[in-house]
Amino acid sequence: MNNNPITTALARMRRSPYQAMAAIITMFLTFLLGGIFFLASTASVIIIQYFESKPQITVFFKDDVADRDVEGLKSALVGTGKTTSITYVSKDEALKIYREQNKKDPLLLEMVTADILPASLEVSASDPKYLGELEPIIGRATGVEEVVYQKDVVDTLLRWTSAIRWAGGVLGGLLALDSLLILVTIIGMKIALRREEVEVLKLVGASPWYIRFPFVLEGALYGVIGATLSWVTITGVTLYIREFILGFLGMIPSIHALFTDITSSVFILSALGFWAALVAVGFLLGSFGSSLAVGRYLKF
Amino acid sequence: MISAQGLTKRFGSVLAIDNVSFNIASGEFVFLIGKSGSGKTTLIRLLLRDLAIDSGTLIIDETDVSKIPFSKLPLYRRGIGVVFQDFKLLVDRNVRENVALPLQLRNIKPAEAENAVKAALETVGLTDKLELFPAQLSGGETQRVAIARAIVAQPKLILADEPTGNLDPATAKSILKLLRQIHEELQTTVIMATHNAGLVDHSSLRVITLESGKLVKDTQKGKYE
Repeated sequence: MNNNPITTALARMRRSPYQAMAAIITMFLTFLLGGIFFLASTASVIIIQYFESKPQITVFFKDDVADRDVEGLKSALVGTGKTTSITYVSKDEALKIYREQNKKDPLLLEMVTADILPASLEVSASDPKYLGELEPIIGRATGVEEVVYQKDVVDTLLRWTSAIRWAGGVLGGLLALDSLLILVTIIGMKIALRREEVEVLKLVGASPWYIRFPFVLEGALYGVIGATLSWVTITGVTLYIREFILGFLGMIPSIHALFTDITSSVFILSALGFWAALVAVGFLLGSFGSSLAVGRYLKF
Repeated sequence: MISAQGLTKRFGSVLAIDNVSFNIASGEFVFLIGKSGSGKTTLIRLLLRDLAIDSGTLIIDETDVSKIPFSKLPLYRRGIGVVFQDFKLLVDRNVRENVALPLQLRNIKPAEAENAVKAALETVGLTDKLELFPAQLSGGETQRVAIARAIVAQPKLILADEPTGNLDPATAKSILKLLRQIHEELQTTVIMATHNAGLVDHSSLRVITLESGKLVKDTQKGKYE
């Protein structure tokens, strides 16, 4: 005997496939865009954290800089007590780093020697707010060719991240609202079509919850199915462009660890966690939408 | 078992039930007759508490029906078997599932429910139609399934609102025979609203007559007038 509300909800979905499809597609699009923005936002945070952890100021010296000038600047910066590390990179070390970074492209290695690369001092401040105090010290130093502030890169990234979050939030919110309205309409139509059944159930002693639950569950199932489909799509596309991601952001340890081996527990757990989060939100959004419809159209 | 005193129900300015009083003993079979719009269906709906009572009292089995809180209404209705003119079966459930519905609402175990469903269908003579859907049944068979659903949980009271209204004379007669058989075998109180003069006249049972919402006649072994 059919007393299972899940079976009842699935049977109702089968009986009106076009309405079910409309609800699922709407949910799918909402979660697809929401999921993409969520991942983009998370990736931005990881990238920013990476850049923030890197030396925040790189001081490039002129070719004829005296060792005492380098040591003098180093001592002055250490003396402030506002740095966590100061690393001197000689011309030879700079060449070594350059060769490592471009080892796959021999053409770029041919013409470069240690002479044309500048020596530098990589300074990491203990807090970004101290950068303003370190700047004048560097500015007064002799033998300095150029100063690159990592802060500028981070600021640009922060602006991008903020824009992505805003756009994602607004678009996601609008899509969620759209999904809710469509769900309320579809479940409302289904309640209207089943008005006589609802009446019979009421008269033979069904509780309001017994009548409402299959409708609420139906909405929740639309959310869960839409979220799962969006997860499959996002995961599929991410795996397809994995090499590109690794080439572009592979220097960031957490991204490298995530995408190097897709059979690793890190990747599997992350993917499953993402799916669980999408499904949970889908379930809640679907249940909420159908509860609104049930509250609006099923009066007792 | 049932005591109605000064029962009144209005729909706007229309007085659908006007100061109606009656008593029905446990195990009685009562016809409720009257022209269309006389208040028969309204009275049935008041007994089922599908409508709220405006004034007067209605006591069923020591329960003041007008005072049943909303949350207890499903429980109250589960104690009553209902049969309608238009059958009101669930079209997407088969005979077995339709008849089992009141048992599901009571959370009866499946094995126990299965036995009760078979017993109810045996009473109405439809044990061979278990897997059929309402659309695959004749009018008489559909009403028999509705009766099986009404009796499956063995209620003390059955309310039948024009149960023969959509049926041919022979089938209508068989449905009444079935209701009387249930009434006699299970000692169930039955209140049957009907237009069918032949059935009433042939039965020699108690008849309550309504006219414009008023109870105008209440006779034992009455006739349709």
